[in-house]
Amino acid sequence: MSELVKNIGEAENTLPRSRPKVPLKVRLSKKKQKLIMAVLTLFAAVSAVIFLMPTVLTIANSFMSASEINANYGVIFAESEEGGKEYIAEKINLKFIPDMVSFSQYYTVLFKSPDYLLKFWNSVILVVPIVVFQLVTASLAAYSFARLKGRLKELIFFVYIVVMLMPYQVTLVPNYLISDWLHILNTRAAIILPGIFTPFAVFILSKIMRRIPVSLIEAAQLDGAGEFQIFAHICMPLCKSALFSVAILVFIDYWNMVEQPLVLLSDTNLYPLSVFLSQINSGEIGLAFAVATIYMIPTLLMFLYGEDYLVEGIAYSGGIKG
Amino acid sequence: MKNKVLKSDNVSAAQNKNVKTVKKKRSRKSFTADAYFPYLCLLPSLVGVLVFFIVPFFVIIFYSMVDNPINKDFVFLDNYISVLKNTAFKRAALNTLTFSAISVPLAVVLSMLLAMLLDCKIPFVSQFRTSFLCPMMVPVASIVLIWQVIFHYNGALNDILSNFGVDKIDWLKSTKGQIVIVVLFLWKNLGYNMILFLSALNNIPKDIIEVATLEGAGSFYKFFRIKLRYLSPTILFVAILSLINSFKVFREIYLLTGDYPFDSLYMLQHFMNNTFRNIDYQKLSSAAILMAIVMVIIIGILFIAENKFGEDVED
Repeated sequence: MSELVKNIGEAENTLPRSRPKVPLKVRLSKKKQKLIMAVLTLFAAVSAVIFLMPTVLTIANSFMSASEINANYGVIFAESEEGGKEYIAEKINLKFIPDMVSFSQYYTVLFKSPDYLLKFWNSVILVVPIVVFQLVTASLAAYSFARLKGRLKELIFFVYIVVMLMPYQVTLVPNYLISDWLHILNTRAAIILPGIFTPFAVFILSKIMRRIPVSLIEAAQLDGAGEFQIFAHICMPLCKSALFSVAILVFIDYWNMVEQPLVLLSDTNLYPLSVFLSQINSGEIGLAFAVATIYMIPTLLMFLYGEDYLVEGIAYSGGIKG
Repeated sequence: MKNKVLKSDNVSAAQNKNVKTVKKKRSRKSFTADAYFPYLCLLPSLVGVLVFFIVPFFVIIFYSMVDNPINKDFVFLDNYISVLKNTAFKRAALNTLTFSAISVPLAVVLSMLLAMLLDCKIPFVSQFRTSFLCPMMVPVASIVLIWQVIFHYNGALNDILSNFGVDKIDWLKSTKGQIVIVVLFLWKNLGYNMILFLSALNNIPKDIIEVATLEGAGSFYKFFRIKLRYLSPTILFVAILSLINSFKVFREIYLLTGDYPFDSLYMLQHFMNNTFRNIDYQKLSSAAILMAIVMVIIIGILFIAENKFGEDVED
């Protein structure tokens, strides 16, 4: 590779002379290029449809009446049901467009079965504190990782990365143990507290803060700004979009949580909707799609409003080193 | 440390004597609170990480080597051996490893291809990016219903396949289950990985590619000798990320099939959940530590491989 770089360097030096050379690569004709573009676009379009289909289907199905759902998918979800329903069809019927748009599912979920709203609230009450406090502690910690120097700091940061890389199968055991000792097992705190201190946000934010030019900070110091002022008036405003993107990433991760409640909560009343939704019984399958859609609304809204921030945040997260 | 901070303050202030005096007055006033601010910042997070992750982890190392938490008789590796001999653990480990070994390379290669596809200047790039990213923002629990409709024995996929004369397959209750979860995993994770590759592709110095083109390099050569080297840190990162995410596929499996799935879908997290139910600390801690060791080894290997491959281009 170094040879290539050298060659390229030389080539650059001798560029004026070598430019008249006819490029070895045979240029494709305009027509062929267009054809290739069309094929690539078609391929991308087909993949895009595959990626979107399940989500669109879920949302579309949420506007069907319960009887239509039963008619379409009865074969699948009615297994455990006794007596049978009159609408159960022989085959499933995957439909994008409901026979008749109906809000009956939503009506039932929102006004008649408080169980789902309760579980939705459980999700909110677990996830929001994690996101808020993780951002607060992480932005503070990231600031000190960006400002401090020395071996000890490097070591601590390395430990953070290792903790971040460990799967739940490993970290849940220490979490369980400490929750047991603190007597917070089977309470929301058992999930929220370890969630707050997950090092993911620290990792991304400190990478971003390290990019803030030193000259900017030095200039502020010359003007008499203290450390706190640098943090509050320079680092934080510069990290606004990063904070937003980290918030989205943390939120979606915990909105999806399944492992932690299963292990740390034994009271199913405390379960978030992410776990509860799978335990929906076949009698209520007509509601399931509406509940599923309601559950994805917060994340989809974040996605619609914050896609650019999200992309930025993901791009920042790239690269373990440096 | 106190001196160090003061010194650096002075160095920057020394350029101007007036500033220096002002500085001294100021710093004397608010020195204690302010100079220690960066250290104080780390405190909440560090305490949390120590309390909830590090300290209990060391306790777990201890637990994994004693016969029970009350007696505390030192048995060294006995717990590890009994976990390794446990058939459930062996099955779970094998299934998890198989799944990761299949899905991680696929996730890396396919997301790289997607990124290159979007890098080709095709129209509607931003719309395509949105649709590839969308699955990561959809909660697993919300989408599980549709997966059931598709992969059920009487489901849509079998319906479609039967048009081509393929016999019905019970996707979730047979050895084919692994295929299903690989598909679900890719569906969910390709978008995130693709963004990482897109930003890495953007960061490849344009002039090197241009010079290579002028020199007559074909696109094959450009890809393997130039682009791939610049992408190698990202490949490493995407591989590690996919590896971690591949352990999270338990979510899909659990929501689709519950506590006791078909044999080929029995993952390490299932094993852990069942062990948590019996609160067998010895088994739990030795299993967790075994996994931690394996993770460290795999990630270490990935790091070394990347260092060898991409050393020339890193700055």
